[in-house]
Amino acid sequence: MADDLMLRTEDVARHFDVSRPLIQRMIAREGRRTLRAVDGVSFDIPKGTTLSLVGESGCGKSTVARLVVGLYAPTRGRVVFDGRDLAEARSDAAQRRRMQMIFQDPYASLNPRWRVRDIIAEPIRAFGLTRSNAETVERVGQLLTQVGLAPADGQKFPHEFSGGQRQRISIARALSSNPEFLVCDEPTSALDVSVQAQILNLMKDLQARLGLTYLFISHNLAVVRQVSDRVGVMYLGRIVELAPAETLFTTPRHPYTRALMEAIPDLDMTGRQRIPVGGEVPSPITPPSGCPFHPRCALANDRCKAELPPMLPARGTPAAKVACHAVEEGRDGGPQAAVRVAERGGMLAAS
Amino acid sequence: MSNTLPLLEVRNLRVEFPTRRGILTALDDVSFDIHPGEVLGVVGESGAGKSMTGAAIIGLLEPPGRIAGGSISLGGRRIDNLPAKEMRTVRGREIGAIFQDPLTTLNPLYTVGRQLVETMTTHLPLNPAEARRKAVEWLELVGIPAAAQRIDSYPHEFSGGMRQRVVIALALCAEPKLIVADEPTTALDVSIQAQVIALLKRLAREKGTAMMLVTHDMGVIAETADRVAVMYAGRIAEIGAVRQVVKHPAHPYTIGLMGSIPPISHRMPRLLQIEGAMPRLSSIPRGCAYNPRCPRVFDRCRQDRPDLLDAGDTRAACWLYDGADKDAAHAAAESGYTEVRRG
Repeated sequence: MADDLMLRTEDVARHFDVSRPLIQRMIAREGRRTLRAVDGVSFDIPKGTTLSLVGESGCGKSTVARLVVGLYAPTRGRVVFDGRDLAEARSDAAQRRRMQMIFQDPYASLNPRWRVRDIIAEPIRAFGLTRSNAETVERVGQLLTQVGLAPADGQKFPHEFSGGQRQRISIARALSSNPEFLVCDEPTSALDVSVQAQILNLMKDLQARLGLTYLFISHNLAVVRQVSDRVGVMYLGRIVELAPAETLFTTPRHPYTRALMEAIPDLDMTGRQRIPVGGEVPSPITPPSGCPFHPRCALANDRCKAELPPMLPARGTPAAKVACHAVEEGRDGGPQAAVRVAERGGMLAAS
Repeated sequence: MSNTLPLLEVRNLRVEFPTRRGILTALDDVSFDIHPGEVLGVVGESGAGKSMTGAAIIGLLEPPGRIAGGSISLGGRRIDNLPAKEMRTVRGREIGAIFQDPLTTLNPLYTVGRQLVETMTTHLPLNPAEARRKAVEWLELVGIPAAAQRIDSYPHEFSGGMRQRVVIALALCAEPKLIVADEPTTALDVSIQAQVIALLKRLAREKGTAMMLVTHDMGVIAETADRVAVMYAGRIAEIGAVRQVVKHPAHPYTIGLMGSIPPISHRMPRLLQIEGAMPRLSSIPRGCAYNPRCPRVFDRCRQDRPDLLDAGDTRAACWLYDGADKDAAHAAAESGYTEVRRG
């Protein structure tokens, strides 16, 4: 089993110190303040599959992406990359080249002063993957073709390309070290919808052809449904529901997952009445006691206010793990209620 | 609705940007009406000219951009050629504006109460005490909890969603007849977005305010608008009742656009994709601007520019509809793509 896992996180947390300077703290007589961006996240990604993390701004999904590629060190817990501890794996160039990241903004992630061929060749040169310059040039040409650009485009600078083409360049750069694992942090959020479709199709093709494993970060549930094998829903630094994609979309169990699905605008114009969830995401500096979702949750009771719910297989849909007292106690109406929410949210194909 | 006189009439609007390399035409021959109480959605991809249309209407085109042709009339009175001073009274009193980023709309140095009071005393016959009372009412109406206390807070003391509610109150407080809302929910998270859309819809209906809703999000349009105009490369590609445009788009671009939206209801093996990207303003092709990407292109599309033609339930700028048989044209337009969104 462990051999088939590309990545595993065990109770990973990342806290940031956001205290004011010492003198000001002393004057105001206040202590240190900690922002718990990620607070105990565990998941597995089997090789060749896609896990998506979805949630609203500030839920910690991008911090997880950075933890997983080693851009941040975890405050607690550990990340295991293909059976080895990440910190150890990252000190080894042969392991490091196996993971790459694609960022959200293709206008910020490419050096405007470099030609595209140099941007793409940088990882090849850094890892010494080719023997001669001619071989590098050939490889860059292949990569450009692979992402739907022409080898001659390597001569140009990033500003000569549109947003979608730039994202293709980012993907070509990420692929240049022959990685097996790609972390994609909102790769299509900055793109127009018709271009988004091109990039999502490209990512699917590449996964099928190269056997890539993806960690996909997004706030867009419809996009997530298209690309994922498994989905984790994050709220305030924790995963509240982790389930196979089809299970999640057809029987959403956690009240927050349901609220997200209720909130999606209805493109099919069924005229359904949406019930928007009230309130806003609380500050991760002063998270609510107990279950972080309880102030906005219709099912909250005294236990939810006091006690943090653990991730448990959900009653009725054991493929899904849910952190919710109401689901555990059967106060959520069970899978039947979940199906009704999915129906109202337009999640079930009208067949 | 069409038997009433239109509130806003935009006719053959043309917006140009003179540059050193020649004149760029950002909007070309754009015409549409908005009736009292109606919500017109304007949708398109970046650079299609949707925000530009909004900016031209509220008289806030970024120089050197200028209206080079056509007319904009509000309630029968032309407003595209008003002096800046007069336009300022129209803006605020008759047209309210909501922008994407609430932080840049609100003055960070003034309390939200002061901004609301100032707007109302400028445009309405109210004294400051009455205006303040109304300001609290407005904040309550847009769903700010404890409005009487929050009125003396500064914009930075509100969260993003609450700030956008304040902006909505500010746009509506002078009771304008028309609201131009440019991506009002784009900066917000989905759960907050749903709250704000519901609020805008309810207020527009209660106050009988007409709205031009500019957004790239077809889902928001489908939920909110009565009619929708789809823009492409500075022109309207298709316009019609929102249900028809969403469910039975006629223009090949609209069909492609609708098809490329990932569906939430099921997983597709592949999404429909439109090849290429929208042309830059400096290189808009001859004939129909969509012709290099259109799977149903024929000779005429490369020569002549189509105007909006009757396409059955909607109007589409596409030569396929230049005949009597609209159903056959529809089928032809759809046949260009391998995967078409299920009706």
